[in-house]
Amino acid sequence: MSDTLSSLVTRADVCAVAVADCFRGDGELLANPIGTIPMIGGRLARATWEPDLVMTDGEAALIANDEAVPAVDDRRYETYNPYRTMFDVVWSGRRHVMMGATQVDRFGNQNIAGLGGTPTRPRTQLLGFRGAPGNTINDTTSYWVPQHGPRVFVEHVDIVTGIGYDRASALGDQAARFHEIRRVVSNLGVFDFETPDHRMRVRSLHPGVSVDDVVAATGFELVIPDDVSTSRLPTPEELRLLTEVIDPKGTRLREVPEPG
Amino acid sequence: MSETETYPAPKDKRLTEDEVVAQLSSGMKIGIGGWGSRRKPMSLVRAILRSDIGDLHLVTYGGPEVGMLCAAGKVSHLTFAFVSPDVGPAAVLEPHFRAARQSGAIECTELDEGMLLLGLQAAAWRVPFIPTRVGLGSDLHLVNPGLKTVTSPYGDGEELIAQPAIHLDAALCHLNVADERGNAAFRGPDLYFDDLLLQAAERRFISTERIVPSGDLVDAAGDITRLRINRLFVDGVVEAPNGAHPTSCEPEYARDEAFQKAYLGTAKEAEAWEAFRSEWLSFPTEADYQAALAARPTGDA
Repeated sequence: MSDTLSSLVTRADVCAVAVADCFRGDGELLANPIGTIPMIGGRLARATWEPDLVMTDGEAALIANDEAVPAVDDRRYETYNPYRTMFDVVWSGRRHVMMGATQVDRFGNQNIAGLGGTPTRPRTQLLGFRGAPGNTINDTTSYWVPQHGPRVFVEHVDIVTGIGYDRASALGDQAARFHEIRRVVSNLGVFDFETPDHRMRVRSLHPGVSVDDVVAATGFELVIPDDVSTSRLPTPEELRLLTEVIDPKGTRLREVPEPG
Repeated sequence: MSETETYPAPKDKRLTEDEVVAQLSSGMKIGIGGWGSRRKPMSLVRAILRSDIGDLHLVTYGGPEVGMLCAAGKVSHLTFAFVSPDVGPAAVLEPHFRAARQSGAIECTELDEGMLLLGLQAAAWRVPFIPTRVGLGSDLHLVNPGLKTVTSPYGDGEELIAQPAIHLDAALCHLNVADERGNAAFRGPDLYFDDLLLQAAERRFISTERIVPSGDLVDAAGDITRLRINRLFVDGVVEAPNGAHPTSCEPEYARDEAFQKAYLGTAKEAEAWEAFRSEWLSFPTEADYQAALAARPTGDA
């Protein structure tokens, strides 16, 4: 990486590449990243080393486009995938979804339903369980957090919508045999659960982020390796794809603004 | 035979919105079609809003109809996986629904969105439940305390969630085109779960952008694979052009973003909601509502 190129790379680009790396090795399955940078990262994985990934148009079709959000008239349709058909994919195990998380804890439990109060009368009602229980019990799941902070990365989520490793372990091997929380990608770093008891570990921190930064922004004790990696930068070809093909309008910079 | 037998005429199921609501009553469990802010039977929702029925149990892939009915005090129970007006790149939250939930004004049965499909399918197929892995390990049991598990009777012995059938007293859906007998088609991207809602219900009502002769349905729909609602599962048809407004009804019209934004902005103060309800949801007929919409200055909600 030349200094010239690295000076052109934004935090949003690093996040997109980190998302793309989540889908490495997935082969021919439905990569379903939800959110601006997740969709850009998913498209990048397919445009490069995972050409067989299947991806949605965000509505009712699976499309071949590299652009993150192609105009309706520009969509190259592979197949029809209405809402109901998505459950056929989810329940078959042929999907890797990347969801958002209003809260996530050290074992990868996710909450998108409600905050505070009681389960039946939350202080702050959110979206609802949506498809999180079904996603996490049937398929590989990752999470995207554009604003890493201690109110998102919490000791215990207020209500478990997507199940983490402690819940999966309690269910036992039979019920939890399809469960995998692969990564959490945030604006500060990349996290995984590749520890003996599946506690969340720092996999890499984005350039310019210190261990102190991420510890201060996390409400539980992260597993921190002795030698913390730095998230990789895009290759010149990946950067070209991001800026010229996948997201020429730079929507990723609105989701993760350049720090400082 | 000297007398000629008199044959009955085929049923003509055309109704007005108010005639549909006259067949509904307080306390009913009502399924609403579409999803989020897409192809919602809003003209029928408006008719409920101007009626005196209430204490409703709604079952839906929820959008602004949930918020409006909650804000109007018509809802006592909601079965849902999410409620979202689905604006912008990320779904924003539905403020009137949130206010109702947070205040304890409504009871809720929460589900994964796939479990809602299974519950409707079980009711449609007249079986008590459908087994699924969905829900295992999550906290759904805290917000859906009746949920039980079932053990596979086969050699694997696997324990699964038994999603119970969700029987509806009535279902309301909006389709792009229909005939007067209750056959109907979707012309947009997705049927969603409208067929299942109708099959799961005792009384089945659709509204539609336009009613055409049966022989014109295929042409009006585009092709036969879009004729997905059939009259076995429809009791009444309401012709309601622009009836899904402010939600979308592709390809006829997109969501009315300005109108929906104005509606979403009325949750902070009771006065704002009452003013909105008085201005937009209190017309004596759907035709008056549509006339008022058409008379708006361009770009004004």
